[in-house]
Amino acid sequence: MTWKQVFTSSVGKKLVMGLTGISLVLFLVVHASINATVFADLFNSEENGEMFNKAAHFMGSTVLIRIMEIGLFGGIILHIAQGYLLSLENQQKRSVGYAVAYKDGSKWYSRSMGLLGTIILLFLVLHLYHFWVSARFTNKGLEESVSYNGVEMHNMFGLMKATFSEWWIFLVYSLGCISLGYHLAHGFQSAFRTLGVHNKRYTTMLISIGYGFSVFITLVFILMPLSFLLGWIG
Amino acid sequence: MEHNTMNLNLKVWRQKNNNTKGEFKLYRVENISAEMSFLEMFDVLNEQLVVTGEEPVAFDHDCREGICGMCSMYINGKPHGPWQANTTCQLHMRAFKDGDTIVVEPWRANAFPVVKDLMVDRSAFDRIIQAGGYISVNTGNAVDGNALPINKKDADDSFAAAMCIGCGACVAACKNSSAMLFMSAKVSHLALLPQGDPERNSRVLNMVAQMDKEGFGACTNTGACEATCPKEISLSNIARLNQEYLSASLVADK
Repeated sequence: MTWKQVFTSSVGKKLVMGLTGISLVLFLVVHASINATVFADLFNSEENGEMFNKAAHFMGSTVLIRIMEIGLFGGIILHIAQGYLLSLENQQKRSVGYAVAYKDGSKWYSRSMGLLGTIILLFLVLHLYHFWVSARFTNKGLEESVSYNGVEMHNMFGLMKATFSEWWIFLVYSLGCISLGYHLAHGFQSAFRTLGVHNKRYTTMLISIGYGFSVFITLVFILMPLSFLLGWIG
Repeated sequence: MEHNTMNLNLKVWRQKNNNTKGEFKLYRVENISAEMSFLEMFDVLNEQLVVTGEEPVAFDHDCREGICGMCSMYINGKPHGPWQANTTCQLHMRAFKDGDTIVVEPWRANAFPVVKDLMVDRSAFDRIIQAGGYISVNTGNAVDGNALPINKKDADDSFAAAMCIGCGACVAACKNSSAMLFMSAKVSHLALLPQGDPERNSRVLNMVAQMDKEGFGACTNTGACEATCPKEISLSNIARLNQEYLSASLVADK
């Protein structure tokens, strides 16, 4: 059994999905934590996004994190490509479909991981265009920089405020985050099952953590554009 | 229980053989007793068809006791029909009401080609078993069963997995036509016992390779298989198979 045989088998392909999925879950934790610094504004009226701008500057200017970023993009691309290939292959295993579909035995979001993933991908393209492309390449919306203790940096907080001043952007972001929540509601526990966790002690725990995490991450991410839109911060 | 009868409309998949395209045909059966089994209702339909000169509907069945795994109808959008933990042969007509229209389809998966009407070829399962679902035993006197101590919980879990009758409802229910619940039941059944230990690594690797070769899909843990399984085989067996596969591939020779 060569490594190639392992990772091209049906179980091996799922292992790739599970491992990349779990690494993306870890990324979400980091992303949500760093973004949550925008809420420092709520507690200090002088703040004006200083903590968030510093954190964003740290993430963008630290060499180690830039190297990790390459791994992150690799993981995302692998997860997307493998996901689409698997969905396509799995669909081809039943050429003649049922007249009456079997829906009661599984959750709709468990059956719709490909669709949810596609919505997340479309959202991701828009999201990267709004922030990542601006910060790294085009400088769009970041013409005026800020400086703290003599260090000049992008005013990412200002960019967020400007971006989330429009209703439609808030709605698109909410749709993206809700899709992410449902994707995680299945993906989180499924990833651990694929890695072989079968003891009842851990599966029940992982299912609860998975649901909790999905709801929490969705709310935290939606709360940010909502807070800017309604003027709670910024 | 009050005895009642019913008249039903049946929408049944008819297909001459694997090379022809099938289609649904409508039939009406009358005076069906609520105490009849679903297959007995089909016997009534077939007698009716013989009288009218039409070819009877072909369907698989054997013991009609819910233990052999031969019956295989997909009834109103669920393998083995609306009841839980139940096979088609043990589904009784009291599950339906007078005037109902019942849609009956064969298991649909490319790995289970239709032989005729509602009969499919499930020999892919046999080949998966041949690939590793066994233990090798030297000839000679049989050893005393009680000489080998086995943890009670392992024995129970192994027995629960061994309940699988290989009917293929898991494949029929799965959106990916995956045979993982069936295969994981066989792998778990042997992996939990000391007798299965010597061949555990080659077993799981060979069985997964055979399943892929047969054209079954990959498991996405939706749980549809577990929900429809007549023997209530647990989804946790699939996770156990994944663990067995992962550890076997980590220690594989080349």
